[in-house]
Amino acid sequence: MATSPVLPKLVGSRVKRREDPRLIQGKGTYVDDVKIVGMQHLAFKRSDVAHGRIVSIDTTAAEAMEGVEAVFTGKQIAEFVKPMPIGTPFPSPEHRVVAVDVVRFAGEPVAVVVAKDRYLARDAADAITVQYDTLPAVVDPEAALAGKPTVIHEKFANNVAIGPIPGGTGVAPDGSKVDDSAIDAAFKNAEIVISQRMMNQRLAPSAMEPRGVVAHYEAGKGTMTIWSSTQNPHILRTFIAMMNGMGENEVRAIAPEVGGGFGAKINIYAEEYVVAGLSKRLEMPLKWIEDRSEAFVATIHGRDILGYVDLAAKRDGTVLGLKLRLIADIGAYNMLLTAAIPTLTMLMANATYAFPAIRVTLTEVFTNKTPTDAYRGAGRPEATYFVERAMDMLAKELEMDPADLRRKNFIPKDQFPFQTHMGAVYDSGDYEKALDKALETANWAQMKKDRDKARAEGRLVGLGLSMYVEVCGIGPSASLPTGGWEHAQVTIERDGRITAMTGASPHGQGNETTFAQMLADQFSVPFEHITILHGDTGVVKQGIGTFGSRSQAVGGAALHMAGGKVKSKMAKFAAALLEAHEDDLVFENGRISVKGAPAKGKSFAEVASYAYIPVPLPPGLEPGLSDEAFFEPSNNTYPFGCHISMLEIDRQTGEPTLLRLVAVDDAGNLINPLIVEGQIHGGLAQGIGQAMIEEVVYNEDGQLLTGSFMDYAMPRAIDFPRFELEKTVTPTPVNPLGAKGCGEAGTLGSTPSIVSAAVDALSEFGVKHIDMMLRPEKLWRIIQGGQA
Amino acid sequence: MIPTSFDYARATSLDDAIAKLGAGGSAKLLAGGHSLIPLMKLRLSEPTTLIDIARIPGLSGITEKDGKIQIGAATTHHAVATSSLLADKCPALAETAATIGDPQVRNRGTIGGSLAHADPAADYPAILVALDAEIHIKGKGGWRAVKASDFFQGLFTVDLQPEEIIAGVQVKPQKGAAYAKLHQRASHFAIVGVGASLEVSGGTISAARVGLTGASTHAIRLAAVEAALAGKPLSDATIAAAAAVAGDGLDDLNSDIHASADYRRQMIKVFTKRALDVARARA
Repeated sequence: MATSPVLPKLVGSRVKRREDPRLIQGKGTYVDDVKIVGMQHLAFKRSDVAHGRIVSIDTTAAEAMEGVEAVFTGKQIAEFVKPMPIGTPFPSPEHRVVAVDVVRFAGEPVAVVVAKDRYLARDAADAITVQYDTLPAVVDPEAALAGKPTVIHEKFANNVAIGPIPGGTGVAPDGSKVDDSAIDAAFKNAEIVISQRMMNQRLAPSAMEPRGVVAHYEAGKGTMTIWSSTQNPHILRTFIAMMNGMGENEVRAIAPEVGGGFGAKINIYAEEYVVAGLSKRLEMPLKWIEDRSEAFVATIHGRDILGYVDLAAKRDGTVLGLKLRLIADIGAYNMLLTAAIPTLTMLMANATYAFPAIRVTLTEVFTNKTPTDAYRGAGRPEATYFVERAMDMLAKELEMDPADLRRKNFIPKDQFPFQTHMGAVYDSGDYEKALDKALETANWAQMKKDRDKARAEGRLVGLGLSMYVEVCGIGPSASLPTGGWEHAQVTIERDGRITAMTGASPHGQGNETTFAQMLADQFSVPFEHITILHGDTGVVKQGIGTFGSRSQAVGGAALHMAGGKVKSKMAKFAAALLEAHEDDLVFENGRISVKGAPAKGKSFAEVASYAYIPVPLPPGLEPGLSDEAFFEPSNNTYPFGCHISMLEIDRQTGEPTLLRLVAVDDAGNLINPLIVEGQIHGGLAQGIGQAMIEEVVYNEDGQLLTGSFMDYAMPRAIDFPRFELEKTVTPTPVNPLGAKGCGEAGTLGSTPSIVSAAVDALSEFGVKHIDMMLRPEKLWRIIQGGQA
Repeated sequence: MIPTSFDYARATSLDDAIAKLGAGGSAKLLAGGHSLIPLMKLRLSEPTTLIDIARIPGLSGITEKDGKIQIGAATTHHAVATSSLLADKCPALAETAATIGDPQVRNRGTIGGSLAHADPAADYPAILVALDAEIHIKGKGGWRAVKASDFFQGLFTVDLQPEEIIAGVQVKPQKGAAYAKLHQRASHFAIVGVGASLEVSGGTISAARVGLTGASTHAIRLAAVEAALAGKPLSDATIAAAAAVAGDGLDDLNSDIHASADYRRQMIKVFTKRALDVARARA
């Protein structure tokens, strides 16, 4: 009997990302690395006004340049590229891929150049002159709604894109009936009411790799291949096929290495439709690579939701009701999921609390800015921020410990699954456990002493605490217009190696590693024997993609199911070889043998080989070892946690310094804690960035003032303390892995906890709320006002 | 982020670079490229030729000669920040370089490039003014030296002719100096940066120089602060009184999304005090 090394169990262990060596050595293949013979390059001429009528476009100088293949204005493009589709069931104005007649934000494309190289394309775009009849820019979302504002889209009076949509207690699911009695009673019975206007400011997602597209229409075959820096190639394929009058079987979409998405690469962009449409029309391969300046205006922005929050409570800290009036500034157009993102803020307004009544209303507003769409957290950080800041204000007003106030209002752990007022059914949860773990990790009592000691020394030190619950593992199909399942296929090759194909499209989430860990355990074979393929519709038959913290929870579950099917077939082949019953077999350390008789076994590779050269073929079996699965979860997952911050503000300058950040996250069962911590770190970086240093700023003419990293602060390592991470584990019942998702968690609790810490630090000046970002001058003015 | 096309030439000596500058067209000198290339990518600068001076022999390095410290123009910020000679003899200059940008910027950017570009929020100008540095310049007509306080003349404007090159910077050893800066969190340039230098003998401030950057179009001396220090006993009261007048009378303070003019005015005082306190501790 051959002896096999004992294989370690990998699920749950800290396996290093197998993706990293190639990426950190510069050996990855990104869209810009794709080169095709005869390929030409695109550059876009973009509007430099935020709102205006196009009077004339002169392309003669550009067209005269040697090496320029073609120049198209928006009008010309409109002859063969249809208006942009959206992915939500909301009403939407016509959105041309390249502006026709009117431009509605600075950066909107007005013309396209095709040229032999990228530099020439850019020179030619510069040579195009456009005259505009400038219209007043609508920049402030509240002003956009009020009185008789400048209207951006003719059919949308007062710039209202959607709403007001009511939600919460007493509202019928379709919004047809609104009964205010419960929420009115809550405020009537209140002993204390907290009211605050809070701005959850606009952010620029800023992936390390900007977007890029290569499209290759092969006229001879009538097929299109499109490479794009996208999070969801299968969805891209559907839309590219639809827009080009092609079958999905005639389009192949490839997401090669993708250098970060953060939600911004879910959207299907105008540039993708233009590059594909022009490739088909000109019958040549075309490439467009976004530069950083373009990324700031042409890639979607995130957040930008204004909340008017009212919290009704009794003086013992029992919250009676929450009112939340949301105004989402969605920018100039509806993109793929734009309209749906603020509805997630509505959905999560229940937070972690058993509030007796909630009323949320949502209005989405057009302004002359870059459109918004999903950005890490996508609607949930906004909900968390509004509710948690209000809870913190209530705690301050009642002079209660913020932890005690939360504890008093939690949904009890024995009430899951929990039906919220907002239509969600929370799958599982134990909020008190996460809170206790965070208080213990932070040593909350000592932390308060440390703060008080610092204050006694004249320092401005504050503490902030925030709970969160988010909606992840997005599915089932009822909750996602593209379908809420995920697909996987597992093939045991003839030599016993395993190839798995997943419809998830990881771009930093490490699923090549976590999925290989799962399969290694499932089949008890070496990790190195497993290859995970993704991001290519020509290889992966079906898929949805990676967003909404869903890859592990939904994609991982599909993989588990497909693996199970193949394993069961492989057991049948092994049973025939070993003359045993398949139920008596064990897969162990690269061998399949009879339980209790390890000598009676065959190597994994031998069984695999037999399955492909089955002489004799066992009755009832087809040759081969390959199977697939679609997994549709019964519900979303609802991960949760508690983040605690300690922050100091320089009394002389107003500069804030984050001293400590404690994050306790519950993402259910973890496949790889190392990767999960990496995901939490990244999320925290962006959550801290929002609280402290990131903000998209426009002037009153709709011009972006933060159009480069000189003015838009990308968080760096020096902006953070050493993160203190802990976890609780509350598995979800909605998928066989018990995994909930962790990609966005870090952006949820960190942000409100930091702002609450800043308010706490400045409490001696009587301040109750500070809008983000925590600009030093803003804090300094509060300190000055307090001293005056 | 796509520059216009340009020619590239590598200079082998200062004289070669000067000759190439005079060869016609709009030529620009390229050293670390950390000011120039971003401007070219935004097409705010469109030179027809780049003359690479980064590898001219002898143009980088930090040496001490005849009691003076010489820093070659092509010396990177990182080299300045980590120089043991400077750490020993002129720590404020090393400390200033360490606050510039981030490691990538410090590994490529050069002191000569920073001075020639003269960003209003650059760090070096304030400390070089405070250290009474000399900037050594070579042109067709030979060498000349300019005091740092005379070199910076306006927004991106310095005392440098089109066919001249900064060859290096010379400072005297000076321990009693410091640089204090309010970081702009995106760029890590200075919202306000103050360099201060104190010479003390027998408990009295015998000389004081204070330079300011970030606050207005170009780096300047804070003469009123210097006057409030010189000849006074070295004490908390003297420092506080001097810092209290910092920035008074300046009427062209910058104002942008990061900081208003009002805020900058107050921060000049705060960072003057901080620079003076450290300089005092070192003096």
